[in-house]
Amino acid sequence: MSALPLKNILTRPLLCPKVTLKAAQKWRTSNSSASVSQGYDVTSRTHVFVVRRAAASPQFSTSAGEILKVKMSSSCRRPEHMAPPEVFYNEAEAKKYSQNSRMIEIQSQMSERALELLSLPEGHPCFLLDVGCGSGLSGDHLTEEGHCWVGIDISTAMLDVALDREVEGDLVLGDMGQGMPFRPGTFDGCISISALQWLCNADKKTHSPPKRLYTFFSTLYSSLTRGARAVFQIYPENSEQLELITAQAMKAGFTGGMVVDYPNSTKAKKFFLCLFAGVSGVLPKGLDSDTADRGVPNQVQFSGQRSRFKNMKGKSVKKTRDWILEKKERRRRQGREVRADTKYTGRQRKPRF
Amino acid sequence: MKLLTHNMLTSHVKGVTKGYPLLIKATEVKVSEVEFNPQFVSRMIPKLEWSALVQAAEEVGHLNDLPTELLPDYENNEEFLRKVHRVLLEVEVLEGSLRCPESGREFPISRGIPNMLLNEDEA
Repeated sequence: MSALPLKNILTRPLLCPKVTLKAAQKWRTSNSSASVSQGYDVTSRTHVFVVRRAAASPQFSTSAGEILKVKMSSSCRRPEHMAPPEVFYNEAEAKKYSQNSRMIEIQSQMSERALELLSLPEGHPCFLLDVGCGSGLSGDHLTEEGHCWVGIDISTAMLDVALDREVEGDLVLGDMGQGMPFRPGTFDGCISISALQWLCNADKKTHSPPKRLYTFFSTLYSSLTRGARAVFQIYPENSEQLELITAQAMKAGFTGGMVVDYPNSTKAKKFFLCLFAGVSGVLPKGLDSDTADRGVPNQVQFSGQRSRFKNMKGKSVKKTRDWILEKKERRRRQGREVRADTKYTGRQRKPRF
Repeated sequence: MKLLTHNMLTSHVKGVTKGYPLLIKATEVKVSEVEFNPQFVSRMIPKLEWSALVQAAEEVGHLNDLPTELLPDYENNEEFLRKVHRVLLEVEVLEGSLRCPESGREFPISRGIPNMLLNEDEA
């Protein structure tokens, strides 16, 4: 972790202007151990590396401005730390999703990749679920590919944007943590872009993240057809969070795991949780005339090959070390003069000899 | 909300075992043109709860002589598929509400979006 491009972080623009020098110094003194962790840049919706280091570190200049900037990226918390999703995604935040071309591009790239990971049968229009559909950017890609979709989201502001954008899919206002209100076996697949991490936070006193995750996964499992996949693009905060999510998914009956795209790149790194509901795979083909001859024969096949060592019961193969040792032993028993057994006995000579 | 979505929606209120089908009370219904895809419609038909679809179509007043029983060999019957397509994907409920048949809980529909959020004691 020490070889991180620290300069990039230090030169990032100030994201939260309200941090004072005093706060920065306080932070500086309270953080004596050096650590580097991943953070989340709200405005660009990308990961940044957040560096927390001791003030005495020679790598950092002591100028307050720079330390401030480092502090900035750490104080600019992940969106799910700021407010519950229905509050965070207000009109202002939702507007970004219809106007910010960079955000739109990232969202559509991720939904393209998620759809690819779903590996739906080609040429079949499928019925899909988009969890946390928001303004329907991910759904647009599904429509382009000829699929029909239903989107569920908790933020009314985001759904209003989706309505204004006249998305093709149907929209439902709902909370993931309360379960998916769908009949069993409805959907051929499920995608979700940057939504699952919201479930890991308890926004109300009554919320219990593991319980809500389990409710979500178990109801999702039943609403998928057997063999369907669910692909979640997530920004995990730390490994504990990932473990929490995967543990609850496995408990609900899913199999699968994480796919990490560009694991060595800070910016392009993307986590996809790919879950399979029931057996995933293609139906084995029935036998026909081409494969019928593999049946069990009712006659023993004739083999013209002679068995070479058939008549050598219990005897070693000639000219091997065992054979030589046996022979020497036999001659000793006959009272003949025999050289002692050494490591050279029965050993092959070098080719140059 | 399309009737296809309605056919898949259930009530997930705590304690409800079979909150299906949700009863529609529609105050505003829109019919919009949607591209006809016979492959998709015939793929969806086995997943549908036919009686619930007929009931829902009746409730919104767009039954359009849809047969009450599912026809055999519907894959090749384009006229039938078109009828199903119209009811499933073109009829949309814009305003109204959905009512859980078991608990009587109402889920309001506004601007075509059913509000399936539960209160804390219902989740």
